[in-house]
Order: sequence, then structure tokens, then C-alpha cells
Amino acid sequence: MALADKDRIFTNVYGYQDWGLKAAKARGDWDKTAELMKRGQDQIIEDIKASGLRGRGGAGFPTGLKWSFMPKAPTPERPSFLVINADESEPGSCKDREIIRHDPHKLIEGALIAGFAMRARAAYIYIRGEYIREAETLFAAVQQAYDAGLLGKNAAKSGYDFDVFVHRGAGAYICGEETAMIESLEGKKGQPRLKPPFPAGAGLYGCPTTVNNVESIAVVPTILRRGATWFSSFGRENNKGTKLFQISGHVEKPCVVEEEMSISFRELIEKHCGGVRGGWDNLLAVIPGGSSVPLVPASEIIDCPMDFDGLKAVGSGLGTAAIIVMDKSTDIVRAISRISYFYKHESCGQCTPCREGTGWMWRVMERLREGKADISEIDTLYQVTKQVEGHTICALGDAAAWPIQGLIRHFRPELERRITERKGEGGAMLEAAE
Amino acid sequence: MADVAFPDEAETRARWGNFAWTAENAAQATKIIARYPAGRQRSAIMPLLDLAQRQVGAETQTQGWLPVPVIEYVAAQLDMPFIRALEVATFYTMYNMAPVGRYHVQVCGTTPCMLRGSDDVMAACKNKGLIKGKTTPDGLFTLTEVECMGNCSSAPMVQINDDNYEDLDYDRTVAILDALAAGDTPKPGTQEPGRHTVEPLGGPTTLKEMVSGNHDYRGDW
Repeated sequence: MALADKDRIFTNVYGYQDWGLKAAKARGDWDKTAELMKRGQDQIIEDIKASGLRGRGGAGFPTGLKWSFMPKAPTPERPSFLVINADESEPGSCKDREIIRHDPHKLIEGALIAGFAMRARAAYIYIRGEYIREAETLFAAVQQAYDAGLLGKNAAKSGYDFDVFVHRGAGAYICGEETAMIESLEGKKGQPRLKPPFPAGAGLYGCPTTVNNVESIAVVPTILRRGATWFSSFGRENNKGTKLFQISGHVEKPCVVEEEMSISFRELIEKHCGGVRGGWDNLLAVIPGGSSVPLVPASEIIDCPMDFDGLKAVGSGLGTAAIIVMDKSTDIVRAISRISYFYKHESCGQCTPCREGTGWMWRVMERLREGKADISEIDTLYQVTKQVEGHTICALGDAAAWPIQGLIRHFRPELERRITERKGEGGAMLEAAE
Repeated sequence: MADVAFPDEAETRARWGNFAWTAENAAQATKIIARYPAGRQRSAIMPLLDLAQRQVGAETQTQGWLPVPVIEYVAAQLDMPFIRALEVATFYTMYNMAPVGRYHVQVCGTTPCMLRGSDDVMAACKNKGLIKGKTTPDGLFTLTEVECMGNCSSAPMVQINDDNYEDLDYDRTVAILDALAAGDTPKPGTQEPGRHTVEPLGGPTTLKEMVSGNHDYRGDW
């Protein structure tokens, strides 16, 4: 069953039309926002819960439930904050960029409604520093909303006062982790905090805070307009809704596209990407959810439903639905080693297992790439990934460990082949020298 | 760029010791600080360092960097210790701790770009005389390999100053560098003929009405 255009939320995702307020209103944004808010805070949270929306930033935590953790009666001395995570930096992910530069008013309207529902005083949108032009659009869109009375005092004539501020990052993947983002917003190095306390108890400036992904917030107005049952009519149980998929790598036509959750990998690639480069027989493996999830070999992914549970069943995850496709021409060890380098580069340096482990793992990966290792080192590497995983404050350690574990799990023969062949070559060379 | 050695401090101090905002940037700095609650002005350190780097860039006809006296100036304005500001400046990769050229060529080398040919983009830069981590002798280009820039569906890509150039290959990269060297402004965004942004090449498979007009789909709900 295919998702119809009328059921797509991000209708200007490709930016053929203007992102500005007038055009956005003509597409249906900011339409009677105050009436949606009249349902009341608790009802909005109930509606979002009923829609089955799970966080679109990677972890998939139910969005409505997250909002319900916020205090029901914040005080002026200790206001609540909504922080919107636009620090999109996970290799493979490129969806929030399209929302921000082509449909920013969906995000801003969502910020008002979500902020109202969780009784927040203001929202900070933390956009990654490298999104320079995108941030310019976002600043301008927020200004448009203020000028039209949609933000600020009595926002959108709802009787609720709400501000939206844009904060630019400056190049640090780790700030996509919610507590690192809060630290960064406070003007510090982006190093994650220990939890508890959770941000809903003590977050930005020590105040109750909820951090949500751009896509999670931007879909909220449409869900409320069309109803929770509309949204939950897409996707399998526990995996509801529509989703922006981002396909990169070895497909004929890489793209970003909004589809129904649980669409099969085959259908997604055939319908929107013109198939795998060189045909389905040429598919080697897929990283289905951004660099931090383990790869899945071709045979297991082809008919897998692209959703949280479907990908978990094949030992991976949906993550941000950033699908990196690799055909048989790929140097799979190099592809994963480059990811290891990424995590080495992005480790914030706070926890020893991650700071030291990511560099160590990358160096071993580079030796394995060239076969300059002993076969026993494959197991040593695997053990080290297990020692990094789960032993750090945030999940960056896990994210660095999982891709390597996936590689060893599915491509051990390839790793061994490189080592043996190199040894063989060395042997032959020695013989020739004699 | 935390792995770059700090330039000589005496020279830096002589050149930048009197750094102060331009009138325009002073107004902008006030506006930025107002985004954060009273008493939380320290939150403005990141945008102010960016603003300062841009001002240094404008004064030196480059992409700017953060000399120590400039960081001190910003820290003083926010009433925070210098070391806290320096920590921020060295933690985030977009603050340059040493001078860069007029064009900062930042090639993404992470896996999604690598799979689509970022090696060719790097090779094009190399053959044009750009060396990773260095500035060309004419001061025009600084080359840096960066981590995922979030343009994966139009990979490989390079960010040069404030613009992205996507869907690159060897020849397209050469063309962009040549155009910049000649003082031209190449068209940012995808370099693939016929592609608009991140739709599938050859035209979108969805939302086709949007191509020609601002279609309102609510009538079909």
C-alpha cells in the first residue's frame, strides 16, 4: 500500500516552492492554530500519545509520553523549556535540513503547540553550525512568525505567551546528545551529563526541559489537524506514522522521501531510488539507520519492514531512517573503518573507554583493512567493543562499538581473507627473495 | 581545528590586542545576548565567537580565526573567565585556532560521501595544489577534511565558506575551485544538471504537483 501525496506531511520537502510564511499558510500551516491549542494541554498530549508518534531522532521514545513527564505547574522562577534538536550530524541523516530550509513553518508552529502542551516558556532550536544557509532561513522564518503575531505575547491569538529562539552550534556531533546539547546551550563544552537527573527534572539552566528532534515536533500540527487515528493508520503496530527516509550510497537515485513506516526496503528502493546500482544481486549490505547502527547483509534486509521493530529483528535499528546502501564494489572494511574514524573524531573526551577506545578501535580497523593483523585480533577487537559499550555516560561509546560488532558478525570471513592473503603474499615474497 | 598549533602569542597580541566590535557587530552582539535569560549571558559565547571570527575574517579577507585577545574580549563582554571561553573555542571544530585562507574548502569524507566518490573530490583538490590542513601559498584556499555535513542524499559534497556544493565528481570540483580562483561565484547546491535539491534524479516520485505550483493538498483530505 502506497502512501498518497495527500497524506504526506512535508509537501514542500524538495523546496520547489517558497518556504516563507505566505506560501506555507497557503499549504495549510498556521491554520487556526489557536483552535488546536484550545483542546487543552492534557488533551494534546493524549492525542500525540494516541497517534503512536515515536521520537524521530533515533531512540524512538514515545513523544507524547515524554511530554507528560514535564511539570504541570511550572513557576516563573523555574520555567520549563522545550529544546528542539536540529543538530543533525549522524552520518547518513539529512532530513531535518530539508524541513528547516524548505518547510520551516511546520517546525515553528509545532514548537508553539508542543511548547504549550508541555507548559514551556520558550523553545530553543539548536541547529548544527554547519547548516549555515539553513540557519539563515530558520532565523528569517522565526522573524516572520513574530512579525505576524504567531510567536511572542499571545502567540497566534491563543492567549499563551511563547518565544522561539535559534541557537547555532559550531561543529560537534556530540551536541546531538540531549544533555550535551543543554550544556552547549549554557555556553559550555558539549559534554554529556550523567542521568539522573533527567532533563524533565533538571535540564536547561536547571529547569525542566524536554529535548525533541525536529521531525518529531514538525509533524505535530498535522497530527492534531488530521487526528491521531489518521497518523496511526500508517505503519505496523508500535511503529506508526509517516517518516522521512534518507537514502544514500549505491542506489541509482539517492533521495529524501516521506513514506509510510514499515514499508519494505525493496519497495522503498524500487519506488523512489531507481533500484540498487547494478541490480539486486549486486547489493552487499545496508546500514539502515545512520552510522551508529550495525549493518545488515543483503539477504536479511531486502524484504525487511523499515521500522523500529523490523530492523531490531535483524540486529540493527531504524535510528533516524538514514539508509546507507552498499553494493558489492564497496570496501566494506574501509566503509566501517571510516565510521570508526568519525567516532574517534567526535568523542568528547569525557569518559576514558570512549576517548581511548574509539582511537584504539579505529587503529585496529585500519590494520584489518589492509590485513596487517593477526586473526586473533578480530576477537580482541570484538572484546574491546564490548568493553566500551555500556561503560560511558552517553551512547557515543555504544555507537562506536556497534558498527564494528556488525562488521565482525557478518563479515568475519572477509576480515580473515585479507589477513590470510597478506600473509600469503608475504610468504611468496620471502620465497622469491630466497 | 584543535590540533593546529596556536600562532605566536606576542605577534598575535600586537595585531589583535585592540580588537573591538564594529558598530554593526556590537548591535548584533546585544541582540544575540538578549536571546538568553538575564544572568545567563554566557549562553551567548558560541554565537559571539562566531561573530568575532567573521569580523576577523572580514578584516583579513579570509574566513577568519580566533586570536587569543579576541577570545579574551568576548569572554570579558560575557563576564566569564577566559579559560571557559577558550574551552569552547577549542572544543568545537568550526572555530579556527589559526588563520585560514579566503576560501575554506571543507570536503566531507565520511562513509556516505566516501561511497559516492569523495576520494575523487579530494584528488581534485590535491591536483589543484590544495594540501589537507594547509593554506595555499597565495592565501586563497585552506583544505580540511570534515565529518558528515548532512548532505548524504546529494553526496559527495564540499562546504566552501557559507555554501555547500553537492553531487560532485572530479571535474565538477575542479570547475568550482577554478571559478573561485577566478573570482567568480559558482552556483551553490547540487551540481547535477536537472536536479533541484534532494529529489530523485529525473524528477520527484512523489508530490509532483508541487513542482509547478504551491499545491494545497487539504482538498483531498
